[in-house]
Amino acid sequence: METGTSRVKRGMAEMQKGGVIMDVMSAEQAKIAEAAGATAVMALERVPSDIRAAGGVARMADPTIVEEVMKVVSIPVMAKARIGHYVEAKVLESLGVDYIDESEVLTPADDVFHISKSEFTVPFVCGAKDLGEALRRIQEGASMIRTKGEPGTGNIVEAVRHMRLITGQIRHVQNLSKDELFHEAKVLGVPYELLLGVHETGRLPVVNFAAGGVATPADAALMMHLGSDGVFVGSGIFKSDNPEKFARAIVEATTHFEDYELIARVSKNLGTPMKGIDISKLDRSERMQDRGI
Amino acid sequence: MNIGVLALQGAVAEHIRSIELAGGKGVAVKRTEQLAEIDGLIIPGGESTTIGKLMRKYDFIEAIRGFAQAGKPVFGTCAGLIVLAKKLEGAEEPHLQLMDMTVARNAFGRQRESFETDLDVKGIETPLRAVFIRAPLIKEVGPEVDVLSTYKGEIVTARQGNLLASSYHPELTDDFRLHGYFLRMAEEAAMNSSAR
Repeated sequence: METGTSRVKRGMAEMQKGGVIMDVMSAEQAKIAEAAGATAVMALERVPSDIRAAGGVARMADPTIVEEVMKVVSIPVMAKARIGHYVEAKVLESLGVDYIDESEVLTPADDVFHISKSEFTVPFVCGAKDLGEALRRIQEGASMIRTKGEPGTGNIVEAVRHMRLITGQIRHVQNLSKDELFHEAKVLGVPYELLLGVHETGRLPVVNFAAGGVATPADAALMMHLGSDGVFVGSGIFKSDNPEKFARAIVEATTHFEDYELIARVSKNLGTPMKGIDISKLDRSERMQDRGI
Repeated sequence: MNIGVLALQGAVAEHIRSIELAGGKGVAVKRTEQLAEIDGLIIPGGESTTIGKLMRKYDFIEAIRGFAQAGKPVFGTCAGLIVLAKKLEGAEEPHLQLMDMTVARNAFGRQRESFETDLDVKGIETPLRAVFIRAPLIKEVGPEVDVLSTYKGEIVTARQGNLLASSYHPELTDDFRLHGYFLRMAEEAAMNSSAR
């Protein structure tokens, strides 16, 4: 009997496929998310848009919030640790969270190194903007990848950019000859063996979700259309007028992302979505996606 | 044999891959009408609360009951096993209520307690590598249920006529023998129905 094998950790993410993982800030919100059909919840003290508004240093959530959420739902509970913060991750593992997001949404604790994730029993998800970042995180032990997007903006453009870039790079790698692969591994800054795997299979060795800026059911469906395995929704749900209805609509649009009549139906009368931010108006220093490459 | 994999949420592609390695044809099933075109149905792993909700929303509960009652085989893995059960421990409402068993969800604990192990399964010659992820357990079975394997004294694989259920994920390994076993169930069911 073995725990924490890569098959067990990656397999857990496989079970989330086609699903929606929702940010929640309380036990009450977690129950709403579960009742709406979320496949997991991310327990947080503040959603990304509030973190963005508040400024200052964003850290791991108070363990009380994480524990309260774990108590009330039967679906998996995820929580965020700062990039490179080994101890926050160990604390979350000791609490029994089911997945840790080593996340650029929080202020990085280490501006060079990420956590060595393969030594943990609990699996990790990490953000990536391109194939190089994705494979570096996988080499460090990430069992799931998500686009970074630009969290807390309600603007899907960055998540689309990251997903398109990764799938485009995968297609490029598939077409390289074996000798070109060595060079490509060097350019991307990734291990040759991982790149060879991508060349042979035409996909990442782990599940790849969309995250960062999903604000409507159509946004979620767009990311599925672009090849995402599932969707993280952060600020979108509990910053909307009717979180319950909104959450259900996102779940349905993700499952049936090619059924446009259904998406039209679930998109009716959802009220105002979160306001959203034009990314080009963001100062360079406010861009979360540039953290931890 | 056309084997459908219920594609509302969960590990659909892995089951399609395994069933094709075992010699069948895998089809993702998103609509009830598709049930008419398949010889067997797999309900995959995923989150049972999500899958159950979407099954109700899209009228799969009655449709799959009818499918199973017509003698067509159904195989549930992990969340799929939960969905098949007549009774569930805890707050979750039972879903299809087809298999006469009581199931406990997340019976081994949280994700850090998830594991893989070698497992003897009745009808399969040598042990299978079984991957248990936040897995459920079968706590009790009715008289018509045949126990195919146990882990530490607890039931993890069971069959009731044309229904098959496993707590673990045979689709996450390259060993497709349990899918082969299910494919034979589908072949037998097809022969029986043409004999009738």
